[in-house]
Amino acid sequence: MDYFLQQLISGLTLGSLYGLIAIGYTMVFGIIGMVNFAHGDVFMLSAFIAMIIYLILTQLLGVSSLPVVALTALIGSMIVTSAWNWSIERLAYRPLRGSFRLAPLISAIGMSITLSNFVQVVQGPRNKPISSLFTTNIVIHQGADFPVTVAYNQIIIVVGTALLLLAFWYLVQKTSLGRAQRACEQDPKMAALLGIDVDRTISITFIIGAALAAVAGSLYVMKYGVVTFSDGFIPGVKAFTAAVLGGIGSLPGAVLGGLIIGLIETFWAGYFSADYKDVAAFSILAVTLIFLPSGLLGRPEVEKV
Amino acid sequence: MRWQTDPLLVVDHLTMRFGGLTAVNNLSFSVGRKDITALIGPNGAGKTTVFNCVTGFYKPTEGRLALARSGIATSQEVAALTATGKRHAQSAGADLYLLERMPGHEIAREARVARTFQNIRLFSGMTVLENLIVAQHNALMAASGYTVLGLIGAPSFVRRQREAVEVAKSWLERIHLTDRADDPAGELPYGAQRRLEIARAMCIDPVLLCLDEPAAGLNPRESGDLNELLRSIRDEGKTSLFLIEHDMSVVMQISDHVIVLDYGTKIADGDPKSVREDPKVIAAYLGVSDEEELEKVEAELSK
Repeated sequence: MDYFLQQLISGLTLGSLYGLIAIGYTMVFGIIGMVNFAHGDVFMLSAFIAMIIYLILTQLLGVSSLPVVALTALIGSMIVTSAWNWSIERLAYRPLRGSFRLAPLISAIGMSITLSNFVQVVQGPRNKPISSLFTTNIVIHQGADFPVTVAYNQIIIVVGTALLLLAFWYLVQKTSLGRAQRACEQDPKMAALLGIDVDRTISITFIIGAALAAVAGSLYVMKYGVVTFSDGFIPGVKAFTAAVLGGIGSLPGAVLGGLIIGLIETFWAGYFSADYKDVAAFSILAVTLIFLPSGLLGRPEVEKV
Repeated sequence: MRWQTDPLLVVDHLTMRFGGLTAVNNLSFSVGRKDITALIGPNGAGKTTVFNCVTGFYKPTEGRLALARSGIATSQEVAALTATGKRHAQSAGADLYLLERMPGHEIAREARVARTFQNIRLFSGMTVLENLIVAQHNALMAASGYTVLGLIGAPSFVRRQREAVEVAKSWLERIHLTDRADDPAGELPYGAQRRLEIARAMCIDPVLLCLDEPAAGLNPRESGDLNELLRSIRDEGKTSLFLIEHDMSVVMQISDHVIVLDYGTKIADGDPKSVREDPKVIAAYLGVSDEEELEKVEAELSK
């Protein structure tokens, strides 16, 4: 039971990170019907940016207040990553809009490889370690064999994700920008005829997706204290799996999917074999695609006539 | 003859080709301010293509579409703007736009041209009310400080948002859909969807509203209601109407000006009465008998 509880806490933490990344996939898919394969690498990039800001602040400027450093790194990473993703959309996807369906997809795969290679060249191929932050543990239950603990950084991740999702839900459901996004999702040409700048709305979607990925990236570095150029791939694909599991295009679905994938992976590693945890996670993708093609919370695709 | 004395939209030598097919050929006409102008013609005459050019759905192959959002633009002013390569000119007399140079969303936002479709294009997953509010996106977006003020709930944004809802509600009342405000638009019956589409287009506060077959598929009672709605929009004086219609009774009852197209060219242009009696229009709609055709050919040959 204690073991279960401890795994549950880890699973929720990991799942929250996947959920944050999955929102970026699901939003972009919703609005332009494209799987943005570079999104995982945008996540990796944001982790590097957060780490660089952290090192500049602590090593060069000698800022000692940890919350200040962490918050600055988080916000800085969100801004810089958003600018990156905006440029990616502008350079690699927008010129291909209106081209055949596979063109932006191939461009996204190219962009993914470009990003990971770029980081490999400028940052080197080895792991970049910093010390994990906010690692103080709280004992929530004194078990028979060991105490069940929650680290501060786990709390920050789960609570932060929940708050962001609330803000984000409000943005999409209640603000004019969100309405414009939903309108572009359903019928971009009609949205344009109502005076909505579709290109700008798509750009903003990429910016928001990147900002959320940057939150995930910064928290990832904070928790694990290590990042390398190839770290975008596996989390990226898992977040994509989460988006498909939840029903691609659905925002609550993305988070739900992320949590499920995170939990399955952690429990599999905890009870069976850590070596096969990725197999477990990706089997979910295959099973979902076979039995539930529109995902848990997705609407079935209705072809427009 | 308001379309000559106070034209809102002047279309000059409009040509639209798709590969080898010329859908609209060298077409010139004007749409009068505060008029209901009907564009009619047999199937495939190029009516919808004209609409698509006006609303920025297509880029015309050739031609000029000059819209004076307010005032009367002299032909010198239009020529001067054409020469500059810009899309908008503000002069003492007129607020002039060249639509063929503008992308679709700017035509809606700046020149204020709205349209509806033959096959209804509502945002069917959004509620009826949201469909009307999304059409007021630009005003709301500016008021919300591009979302930042909106997220923190600034008073100026809240006020503007309330105004937008008020506008939407007054339209719901006019189209008798107040009690269905929170239903998904896709669940409305057909006639109500048509009315909602018109209301949504009106929510961008247009100077020109283009309606592609608004009466298609409506029963006689709904069609009568529609005429009433269109007339009331015209009588308010802020929006001129430009419509494609097959239903001749609608055209003859409500329009002030009728333009007839056949094979992409204009064959008649005038008030409803003169158009109805025009032999070329009758021929285009009823077809020319073989004998007449034969006579024409013989006349050509004997020349």
